[in-house]
Amino acid sequence: MSLTPEAVHHIARLARIAMNADEEKATRDKLDGIFALIEAMQAVDTTGVEPMSHPQDIAQRLRPDEVTESDRRDAFQNIAPQTAGGLYLVPRVIE
Amino acid sequence: MIDSSLTELAAALAGRRVSSVELTQEALARIAAHQDLNAFITVDEAGALEAARAADDRRAQGTGGPLVGIPLAHKDVFCTEGLATTCGSRMLANFVSPYDAHVVSRLRAAGAVCVGKTNMDEFAMGSSNENSYFGPVKNPWDRERIPGGSSGGSAVAVAAGMVPIATGTDTGGSIRQPASLCGVTGIKPTYGVVSRYGMVAYASSLDQGGAFARSAQDCALLLSAMAGFDSRDSTSLDRPPEDYTRGLDQPLAGLRIGLPKEFFADGLAADVRAALDGALAEYRRLGATLVEVSLPNARLAIPAYYVIAPAEASSNLSRFDGVRYGHRAAEYSDLQDMYSRSRAEGFGAEVKRRILIGTYVLSHGYYDAYYIQAQKLRRLIAQDFAAALNECDVIAGPVSPTTAWRIGEKSDDPVQMYLSDIYTIAVNLAGLPGLSLPAGVGAEGLPVGLQLIGNYFAEARLLNAAHQFQLATDWHQRRPPAT
Repeated sequence: MSLTPEAVHHIARLARIAMNADEEKATRDKLDGIFALIEAMQAVDTTGVEPMSHPQDIAQRLRPDEVTESDRRDAFQNIAPQTAGGLYLVPRVIE
Repeated sequence: MIDSSLTELAAALAGRRVSSVELTQEALARIAAHQDLNAFITVDEAGALEAARAADDRRAQGTGGPLVGIPLAHKDVFCTEGLATTCGSRMLANFVSPYDAHVVSRLRAAGAVCVGKTNMDEFAMGSSNENSYFGPVKNPWDRERIPGGSSGGSAVAVAAGMVPIATGTDTGGSIRQPASLCGVTGIKPTYGVVSRYGMVAYASSLDQGGAFARSAQDCALLLSAMAGFDSRDSTSLDRPPEDYTRGLDQPLAGLRIGLPKEFFADGLAADVRAALDGALAEYRRLGATLVEVSLPNARLAIPAYYVIAPAEASSNLSRFDGVRYGHRAAEYSDLQDMYSRSRAEGFGAEVKRRILIGTYVLSHGYYDAYYIQAQKLRRLIAQDFAAALNECDVIAGPVSPTTAWRIGEKSDDPVQMYLSDIYTIAVNLAGLPGLSLPAGVGAEGLPVGLQLIGNYFAEARLLNAAHQFQLATDWHQRRPPAT
């Protein structure tokens, strides 16, 4: 399998990673090699095999719907790039 | 003194023959003397000495267990409140966590003295420690060579005698492989035994914290303090606490060691093979029997891993958006541009590649062909291990196909880098415990590790098998030159 330049451009956009044309080209070459490795999977007949997402096949543990965290807004916002009045600031999205 | 075993250090501390402050100063001096190895990203001299003084007070009162006052290093993937946690990335170069990882708080409570945070491949993605934003780590056995990855800094810190114990994480071999290439002992427990809370996530269904030390006995002491149920990790297993040292003295007579024929085939370097044969002969002398087993789907582990791990990584790393923490680009036009530029600047090449692979295999039209197919292979691989472990008590094999390679040798070829994890990755997919112990040396005098793989929750068994080997041999006591 070989990824088209458009496919690389598309997944970079989906992943929100800015890339110029040269970077996309270099990335595409590397990804082609990696997907060639991954393609070995397709030769295996896995009909009837149940997909495995967890080593012990255990179900997600549930807990009572209770507040367990204390309010540490200041500690968490101290490490943010930009905040004001307890809010995270981002570029304007609504004109 | 710091080169002594953990048991000896604990006895010396308990007998007041040495203080934690003295040991910590010794560790800090070693770290300073070996700065060229680049094993640490952050050294916390003031914090360590303060913790050491508190540990000495605790020892004076006669309270606490064996780790009180023992210097230790954490892989920089574990969040430490008030101390930088970079994960080897520019994205988190200035990140200081507001809370401790479960492992960090447990070891602090156990009295261990954290001297700093060790270098690693960015976001734990790599097999050579060349992917760190903070520069490559060097192997103390040969400074031209890689130490392995992704927990390379922790392996080197122990190998060079900077600390007696260190933490690590293992998603596809990131504890066992650097342990092997640096000549130390490392264990990755069963998935779910060590809490992932506060451990920066790479591939959540595979990530597992574990231990580095110079011996299996010391690993057992460290793991006993690290492991345990934590309600804040949804995959933490609620099991009674274990003392992993309990079975160390059991003789090996009658132990059935399974050798997967696929692991002793093409692709294994002759010098590694020879060292492993020597170690297996020693096991036979110790009373174990060797039986051939088969893991027919093992060759599919790498393809399956490079779908599952990137898929989970692309999801996990979507949280780095330049809004709540981490790097934000200085210039951008709008919100989308801010995300894209912050991520482009914050992540290194290998992390970007894995995010892109993951994004692709999870995207519309490819999910079944890649992600679901990989999860089905994962089950086949786990079933292979189950069948093999019906015929033996532990599985033994190589950790890495070669000894440590030269810095730069594979760094431009991700596929060659990925293939170096052929013997470790399947264990993560199955969620089994695995251990690497120094088993001999290769052609150039470089360390070779033997991997032991056990059934779920068989950590004590693996540690016992490694400890008995270490009682009979001295490979684990050999030190790199000029350390």
